[in-house]
Amino acid sequence: MIAASPAPGDGFRDNPEVARRFPDWHPAFEPQEALAEAHRCLNCFDAPCTSACPTHIDVPRFIKKIATDNLAGAALSILEANVLGASCSRVCPVDVLCEGACVLQRYNKRPIAIGRLQRHAMQHFFDRDGRLPRKTVEKRRQKVVCIGAGPASLACAAELAQRGFSVTVMERRNLPGGLNTYGVAEYKLRPADSLREVTLIRDLGVEFRFGVSIEHEADLAALEREYDAIFLGIGLGATRELSISRANHRDVVDALEFIARYKTAGVLNVGNRVVVVGAGNTAIDAANAARRLGAVHVTIVYRRTERDLPAFSFEYHHARQEGIRFEWLAQPVAIHTDPATGRIASLECVRLKDDGAPVPEPLPGSIFQIECDMVIPAIGQEPLVSFLERCRGVHVRMGRVEIDRLTGRTSHPKYYAGGDCINGGREVVDAVADGKRAGAAIANVFEGSHA
Amino acid sequence: MPEVFAPDLSVTFAGISSPNPFWLASAPPTNCGEQVMRAFDAGWGGAVWKTIGEPIINVSSRYSSIDWNGQRMMGLNNIELISDRPIEANLREITAVKKRYPKHAVIASLMVESKRAAWHDIVERTEDAGADGLELNFGCPHGMSERGMGSAVGQVPEYTEMITGWVKEKARTPVLVKLTPNITDVRQIARAAKRGGADGLSAINTINSITGIDLDTLEPRPNVDGLSSHGGYCGPAIKPVALHMVHQLHNDAASRLPVSGIGGIGTWRDAAEFILLGCGTVQVCTAVMHYGYRVVEDLIDGLRSWMSEKRFQRIEDFRGRSAPKVTDWNRLNLNFKIVARIHEETCIGCGLCYIACWDGAHQCIHLDRANPQAIAAAPPAVESASRARIVVTPIPRLDREAAPGIEAPYATPLARIPRVDEHECVGCNLCSLVCPVEGCISMERVENHLPRETWDDLVLRTTQNGKNC
Repeated sequence: MIAASPAPGDGFRDNPEVARRFPDWHPAFEPQEALAEAHRCLNCFDAPCTSACPTHIDVPRFIKKIATDNLAGAALSILEANVLGASCSRVCPVDVLCEGACVLQRYNKRPIAIGRLQRHAMQHFFDRDGRLPRKTVEKRRQKVVCIGAGPASLACAAELAQRGFSVTVMERRNLPGGLNTYGVAEYKLRPADSLREVTLIRDLGVEFRFGVSIEHEADLAALEREYDAIFLGIGLGATRELSISRANHRDVVDALEFIARYKTAGVLNVGNRVVVVGAGNTAIDAANAARRLGAVHVTIVYRRTERDLPAFSFEYHHARQEGIRFEWLAQPVAIHTDPATGRIASLECVRLKDDGAPVPEPLPGSIFQIECDMVIPAIGQEPLVSFLERCRGVHVRMGRVEIDRLTGRTSHPKYYAGGDCINGGREVVDAVADGKRAGAAIANVFEGSHA
Repeated sequence: MPEVFAPDLSVTFAGISSPNPFWLASAPPTNCGEQVMRAFDAGWGGAVWKTIGEPIINVSSRYSSIDWNGQRMMGLNNIELISDRPIEANLREITAVKKRYPKHAVIASLMVESKRAAWHDIVERTEDAGADGLELNFGCPHGMSERGMGSAVGQVPEYTEMITGWVKEKARTPVLVKLTPNITDVRQIARAAKRGGADGLSAINTINSITGIDLDTLEPRPNVDGLSSHGGYCGPAIKPVALHMVHQLHNDAASRLPVSGIGGIGTWRDAAEFILLGCGTVQVCTAVMHYGYRVVEDLIDGLRSWMSEKRFQRIEDFRGRSAPKVTDWNRLNLNFKIVARIHEETCIGCGLCYIACWDGAHQCIHLDRANPQAIAAAPPAVESASRARIVVTPIPRLDREAAPGIEAPYATPLARIPRVDEHECVGCNLCSLVCPVEGCISMERVENHLPRETWDDLVLRTTQNGKNC
């Protein structure tokens, strides 16, 4: 029997100044509001919202439980499909998932506010110190280690722990939750809420080890000896750097690092004029954060046009509301500094041709400057290929670990994988679905062996 | 210029004239003269005064309700008794109201102990005060009935006939008897009232009810110091019960008298239905208790518009029109065949018709249009197939080429549009009732070239055949 490890992120407190600057983007429902919304749900059979959810949360089932004031039952229905139901209710891009699939839209009606209803049920669960149920009282002798403490590993660990297995989660950082803790815009999810959710999984008896780096072949070999299965929930690797002059200036801060600093390290200073390079969802989170932290001018520089925007359209509209300026068809070429102060003075860009070429061509003589004192690159993360190559026998293709989709099993029978390292970087809910499938597959193998 | 068609809503009901058929039922909205005058100003054609009798003592609380799917007060229950005000005050105010509103109908609801002299006395005083008619409250199901009044009278034909007779000995104005639904056959009492000389009927009074229990305290509602009592149920929930009973009265020669319809009437549509089943006026209470006297505006406006559209000049032009169309089951055409047709252009793919047909009807709606392997698959198979499907969040950067179906929400995928097996469909209507989209499922007649034949016809034919053998 594993003793519960210290509460993950013990001692972490949300910064009140951050809370003040980042009020909830989608505020919680009042009970009466939730009831009225729950009653609007048609209770579809084989509901499209459920099918659209990567974790297949039975949406009408939990919503109708809210309607009958069975909030505890609603929360458990959510958690049965998705142990990170609370964070998903806040961070999921519901417009392209459950709510985007709501049949009411075909009837010219507002879709059901599924995300907010889910949050309402989960809030009730946490307010009453709810616990995740176990699926068996039996104890299994096999031990599983999950590498990384992000959503994929957490879901895998929860599934295995609920089914009686010993699970250890190893994380190189000091806090669990992965991007839920470090990388989600504060107005969607606060670190304390992410950590509280992890406590549910810790309470199942999952052991957490922080500050563990697994960098050598010997580390893996040791894990292989000690554990019966290894789940790789390692996410993506280092963020890509700008390949232009002075890209290593101290006021060039990578987007994920910028977000993690204000969320978990109390670093709230920001430039007056900020340029974010890239237009994905992370770029928008960083740009919005810069605004809320006090930047007066925030510009997103993107090398394509509005119609090619990689961010979700609702994120784009949100950025517009926050007052973010967009510079389309522009590519940074240099950072200039003020020789007197050493601070960044401007980002030099070149205009690109709008001819639909796979790699847009620069327009000759179109160099221009964007005045700024801070540059935030948000141009994606490199896959952790260097690490994965050390996992002998685990095939990697195009920077992604190759798995069997139904089981999460890699080409090495002892290794399973899920989350960003297999899908190239999707959403929390996708990582949860991957982790759960892998956890269930591992459990099925060992339960089948009657060991 | 097109002819302006202005229907006339005025009625004369059992000899009582009223500018429109909308009366307030005897209840809290007609508790005093000030209220009744405001109601008349709002447009009500008549008011049946809150029942006058020896003043009683009420409890608090008095009401409880049933909410349904987020809607408040689908049904209302009360344990309030008759007027708690002195008889003199009520009568004085009736006089004042009639003086100011001579064309409006003021009917006094009466309830006194079951003694001839007591009834003679109250009838005389009320008529002297100026009431246009009397309504005998033989229906109140709580509090008064335990004292030998209200439904204690209205559940016994002999008492009803006797007391109606006493009232008629004295009355100079029309006498209406208000019937309780808390009896096996409402016609028994209606016939007794008619024998006693009643000029009209009011139906129905409230239905015996217990609305619910507080699941925290385990105490019933409405809560009176930890206890409750059965009450009288009214509001939208009881309309179908009331419609059935007024129809019974209208279709029974021995009961047939002018009927003032009561029970869940809140809109002009409800009112039109009661009138189509024979009612000469309608009485409203719960809708006014919920929203105020102002509801009468649309009762009048809506009914008038509908009458214009239907070219009905007066209430009498359509009163009772639908009554002959409610008949005995034995006289329905067994060879009439309809089937469900799903109009796919309006189907939103909710699957409610499918599950209703499979679990609640005849398993003839299928979700197999896009998947030939799924022919007539049962609900568990359909559901488990979708749960087994691996789906991912569509990410523009990763799925630039992929076009997920949910990006275009205005076209229902074929896989979600159900198919009706018309050979198996029994034409029960259930799918069209559960369908949330107006007109998406229609029930359409199928020509089967069979002559009209009722159960009675069938029995006759088979017995004749039997004789021939």
